[in-house]
Amino acid sequence: MSSSTCSICHFWQSSIGKKIVVALTGAYLVFFLAGHLVGNMLIYQSSEAFNHYAEFLHTMLHGWGIWIFRIIMLVALVLHIIATIQLTAANRAARPRRYQREATMVAPRSSRMMIWSGLTVLVFFVFHILHYTVRVQSDLQVLADFKQNWAMTIAGFQNLLVVLFYILAMALLCSHLSHGVGSIFQTLGLRTKKTAKGIQLFSKAYSLIIFVGFISIPISVYFFGMGKKEMEATKAKVEAAVQAGLTELPEQDNAH
Amino acid sequence: MNLTLKVWRQKSVHDDGLIETYQAKDIPIEASFLEMLDIVNQRIIIDGGEPIHFDYDCREGICGQCSLTINGIPHSKERGVTACQLHMRKFKDGDTIWIEPFRAKAFPLQRDLMVDRSAFDRIIAAGGFIDVRTGSAQDANNLPVAKTRADSAMDAAACIGCGACVAACKNASAMLFVSAKAAHLNLLPQGAPEKDKRVLGMVRQMDAEGFGNCTNLYECEAVCPKEISTENIARLNRDYAVALAKEATV
Repeated sequence: MSSSTCSICHFWQSSIGKKIVVALTGAYLVFFLAGHLVGNMLIYQSSEAFNHYAEFLHTMLHGWGIWIFRIIMLVALVLHIIATIQLTAANRAARPRRYQREATMVAPRSSRMMIWSGLTVLVFFVFHILHYTVRVQSDLQVLADFKQNWAMTIAGFQNLLVVLFYILAMALLCSHLSHGVGSIFQTLGLRTKKTAKGIQLFSKAYSLIIFVGFISIPISVYFFGMGKKEMEATKAKVEAAVQAGLTELPEQDNAH
Repeated sequence: MNLTLKVWRQKSVHDDGLIETYQAKDIPIEASFLEMLDIVNQRIIIDGGEPIHFDYDCREGICGQCSLTINGIPHSKERGVTACQLHMRKFKDGDTIWIEPFRAKAFPLQRDLMVDRSAFDRIIAAGGFIDVRTGSAQDANNLPVAKTRADSAMDAAACIGCGACVAACKNASAMLFVSAKAAHLNLLPQGAPEKDKRVLGMVRQMDAEGFGNCTNLYECEAVCPKEISTENIARLNRDYAVALAKEATV
């Protein structure tokens, strides 16, 4: 027991061990983003499909599923952040005196600002949770109470500042992923001379898909008015239901 | 050719140090970079000044002694050369050239452009060797080694331990050096039996020396005068994880 506990300490304290923690937690977050994007794309299919999907997430494994997922997500995120902050601090300390004239041969800017793109995405993450999960905005909360997640999402993107912050955060997420995805392979020892180019291409393509996929929603909603009419109609129905003291929409409305 | 040099001057470890400007006039284009510094130093000596201190030995690109950061890039932006193999024809008349030492906490500066790289020796002493005598060269094919493996080991063994990888790394990480030194023994049958012990020992010593952590920027590979591949770093990451798991369980 003592030797294995000590090995975990060794692992965490070593440069490579901590990087492996970053890579594994990063991989989990990368998979999560892909799943999140696929789910989000249902917004284009229909309000029914989207609401149904939201309902499924909240009821899978008798409601335990979402909490299991959230706890793993939180642990991964916390480990990823603590490890990278510690690594960055050690990296700064490893060169106390900087070059008077700095130059870079190959490393793209995105790879050199990982800590800043990461921390911005973290701020966005907190905002996003407050916006759509905790729902500090009361009108969004009411829509969610009536299981109108599609209308809630559309309503949430009616604010220009929200949309702009969303796009900025996704741009930085794209920058973060364009280096991060490839780094997972290198840190886990899966990158070779033969696969290096392919991994780099995959990393860039993946981050671009994530970027375009996610920003397409607020752009379609805010700039092209996607779903505005239906969202307003749903909102009116929900308001009427609230007035009537109901806790869910009458059957015929839910059916369509 | 006439050049302006911006050179880091520092009397000792405790001194603050600063950039000083020198005019290098009438430098022959066929001179190597170190010969150019020799010419400048000769003039400084004649004028009664203290010459610029810099490390060198073989001047043919194999010893790993030169440690100049030229215009922000260790050994200059030319690929696959050491500073001593760099020639002045790569510069233009009228250029301003910044010359600084290799900068890293683990490479304490001794004087001007000279740094102490004995941290590398301590990493080698922590596992970069084979414990037993492996004997003299065996009969051909007595000890089968796959060609691809032999090539990879040979490529890794090309490392001259100059420390440019550390100097170029934005985090002053020594991973390229350590991974090359580990790989060239680990890949061969003579070195393989001590692979786990070697990897753990070298990585722990590397961490203890205060080098930074690799963030996969591949600057090291770009400046390496021997063009050592970062594939070795991936291999070391993998070997370290396996060695640590074995240490904990077996």
